[in-house]
Amino acid sequence: MLTEIGHFSLILAFPVALFTGVFSLWGAQTGRLAWTSCAKSGALALFFTVGFAYLCLTLAFVNNDFSVRYVAWHSNSLLPLVYRIAGVWGGHEGSLLLWLLMLCGWTLAARIFSRSLPDALRARILGVLCLIAAGFLLFILLTSNPFLRLFPGAAEGRDLNPMLQDPGLVVHPPLLYMGYVGFSVAYAFAIAALLAGRLDAAWARWSRPWTLAAWIFLTLGIACGSWWAYYELGWGGWWFWDPVENASFMPWLIGVALLHSLAATEKRGCFKNWTAFLAILAFSLSLLGTFLVRSGVLTSVHAFASDPARGVFILIFLAVVLGLSLLLFVWRAPSVGLGGRFALFSRESFLLANNVLLAAAGGTVLLGTLYPLIVDAWNAGKISVGPPYFEAVFVPMMWPLLFLLGVIPFVRWKETLWKNTASDLRLPFVAALAAAAALPFCYGAWNFPSALGFFFAVWIFIGAKYQFLRQASAARGKESLLRSCFRQPLSFWGMHLAHVGVAVFVAGVAVVSVFSEEKDVRMAAGDTVEISGYTFRFLGMREMPGVNYSAWQGEMELSRQGRFLRRLFPEKRFYYSSAMPMTEAAIDSGFFRDVYVSLGEPLDRARPDGEWVARVYYKPLVNWIWGGCFLMALGGILAMLDRRYRRSRFSSSLRRESGSC
Amino acid sequence: MLKNRYLWLFVGFFALMALLAVGLTRDPREIPSPLLGKPAPAFSLPRLDSGAPFSPEEMKGRVWLLNVWASWCVSCRAEHPLLVRLARERREILPIIGLNYKEARGDASLDMEKLDETAERRLIEERARQWLDTRGDPYVFSVMDADGRVGMDYGVYGVPETYLIDKGGVIRFKQIGPITPEALERDILPLAEKLRRESAAE
Repeated sequence: MLTEIGHFSLILAFPVALFTGVFSLWGAQTGRLAWTSCAKSGALALFFTVGFAYLCLTLAFVNNDFSVRYVAWHSNSLLPLVYRIAGVWGGHEGSLLLWLLMLCGWTLAARIFSRSLPDALRARILGVLCLIAAGFLLFILLTSNPFLRLFPGAAEGRDLNPMLQDPGLVVHPPLLYMGYVGFSVAYAFAIAALLAGRLDAAWARWSRPWTLAAWIFLTLGIACGSWWAYYELGWGGWWFWDPVENASFMPWLIGVALLHSLAATEKRGCFKNWTAFLAILAFSLSLLGTFLVRSGVLTSVHAFASDPARGVFILIFLAVVLGLSLLLFVWRAPSVGLGGRFALFSRESFLLANNVLLAAAGGTVLLGTLYPLIVDAWNAGKISVGPPYFEAVFVPMMWPLLFLLGVIPFVRWKETLWKNTASDLRLPFVAALAAAAALPFCYGAWNFPSALGFFFAVWIFIGAKYQFLRQASAARGKESLLRSCFRQPLSFWGMHLAHVGVAVFVAGVAVVSVFSEEKDVRMAAGDTVEISGYTFRFLGMREMPGVNYSAWQGEMELSRQGRFLRRLFPEKRFYYSSAMPMTEAAIDSGFFRDVYVSLGEPLDRARPDGEWVARVYYKPLVNWIWGGCFLMALGGILAMLDRRYRRSRFSSSLRRESGSC
Repeated sequence: MLKNRYLWLFVGFFALMALLAVGLTRDPREIPSPLLGKPAPAFSLPRLDSGAPFSPEEMKGRVWLLNVWASWCVSCRAEHPLLVRLARERREILPIIGLNYKEARGDASLDMEKLDETAERRLIEERARQWLDTRGDPYVFSVMDADGRVGMDYGVYGVPETYLIDKGGVIRFKQIGPITPEALERDILPLAEKLRRESAAE
């Protein structure tokens, strides 16, 4: 019964979204106040109808209602409660519902935090968001309805995919979706501003915290997925250039470009068109990612069971959203002024270079991702594009970007004397050269890729610190330097913290990709294997029953130079519901390195207590990769909390600015 | 009036949409097999249970699965419960016939020099039956391809492999490696259902 009510609530949400969208946009365009005011209640109603539907589906999972087809396919009565709640987004239909719920959540947030905006602008923003929600509602109701019943109901569910029964994967999709969907707010802002024909500094300032929020979620979501792949899949890799990973990476890259372009638009009023275009692009790439994942046009480990009807729907949706946005853009963009002038050697032009590089890098990822489709479309055969392409094409494009990253904080808006900047950069440059020359020897031998990595890491790190301290000391007056540091605006802190995150990330990537070691060995009880000074001693296997799986657990003793460190327990799990065994690697994590072991296959299937194939890894600085991502996200959070985005102050300045337009 | 510099936006847009639309009509997982759409190669092999000869001709007018297996095949063990379940649910609708492939010769641990033909046959029967007794028998029956010649005709290059054969005796789908639950739900069952509804004349 509850399922039917939830279903009905979802159906009800569609006309709510559609009418709210149409009326508020039309009202804003024709200046009818009564119509625009429906946006506020519409956004609220939309959130509650969709939220209620989501709640009903969750309850069906919690209560093991296997007469609901979606529940029967993605849950099981043996499944622990937390995975039953997370199971709602374990399949295509439910994850779309979660996506929609988040979209409505963002819409509600936009409604709440937009009180200070002019009515028409607010109605346009909410209207665009409601129309997007209407599109997704239609998609769910027509092609991917999670509320359908099974006749007769199943006695037992098929269980959640064992891959998803892991804490990492419980949080990975929601974070990622929050990021994807979050870009819809930046998109709605851009569309609203284009509709009003007013792309100004107020618009940029308003968009910034929202774009930041979406980008933070996306960063954390990607990092979380990468970390999961690393510890769960047991291949020791952290990024595979899989089409679906790329689908999340492209909006991230464009999101970074958008953040920096917004900064220039807000501060100097330049690049308005470009910023609006990036906002459209970021959201369109999110939609494209959805299309790639859900339609099954590309092979990927992430792909959902595909259904052509779904692909067709999303493609039409994408075509409508992107096509209309581009038309609007082309119609409005020529009338937008160029903004403040700037010299060749200025922060503006460097940010422009950064943007071009990021967009080009996004383009190479797009090309690599779609290339198999292009080849297939010409009937030229089946190919797949993997890491060699991306390492050869994408990675070198990052070098100039990383170099610029160290330079830009020293360059002032409008115009800078290049001599001044060059002398500012002397210290970071010397430090980076020294690091590149010396640090690779810490890991044994000097080689070019790791030296390059260290160079950029130190270049960015020292540059960020130096610039931060210099600015703080210049502004300190009579107070102490420390005090002055803390008096710097949060956005300044955030920027440097995020840049330090990039430095940490680069160091991690460089060291891991060059100095990792791995060994495949066969081990019987009592055998030892040594890797990079660490010794694993295999003590034996034992059987370990789990709730909904049985497992063979190995026991390993890890020691270094004869000193015992800890025991490790790698596992091989056999879920009752699946033929695929799952590998649970055992990792000894540290600040400077991970050592880890994962089990392969027993040599003789009949004797799982005997010899096994195992793989041991030594991964220096691998945690810096995710640490760097975390710092980037933290920097984003700080920047978002900056005082000037808070309502009281900024609403007055906004009124002033919009009044002047 | 469109300015020229914006034209490329729409060129890119339409190219992308066209590409994605074409992509929708293709299946990236499909690895072309020369046997798809061709009649299943004919053979006559002895049945494991009775020793009577069986030929695919006998299955004309029915949609069926030919599953290649062997007791030494590790992936077959993983696949087996799925077959047993499938047989329990739809034995009548979608019969599975087993092709027991190189049961003795495929097992590297056996010394074939010491086995003559009758001894080999006895060994095959013993090993195959023991496997089916302990793990359940999803097959209507199995036939013995002791020397693997039929397997060669079917282009078997990894065991297990499964062929979906239609009423006219034409191979319509080939699964290389174990059947996954996804492949079963997404490809095999819907296709089998569609083929079953078509008249044999097609």
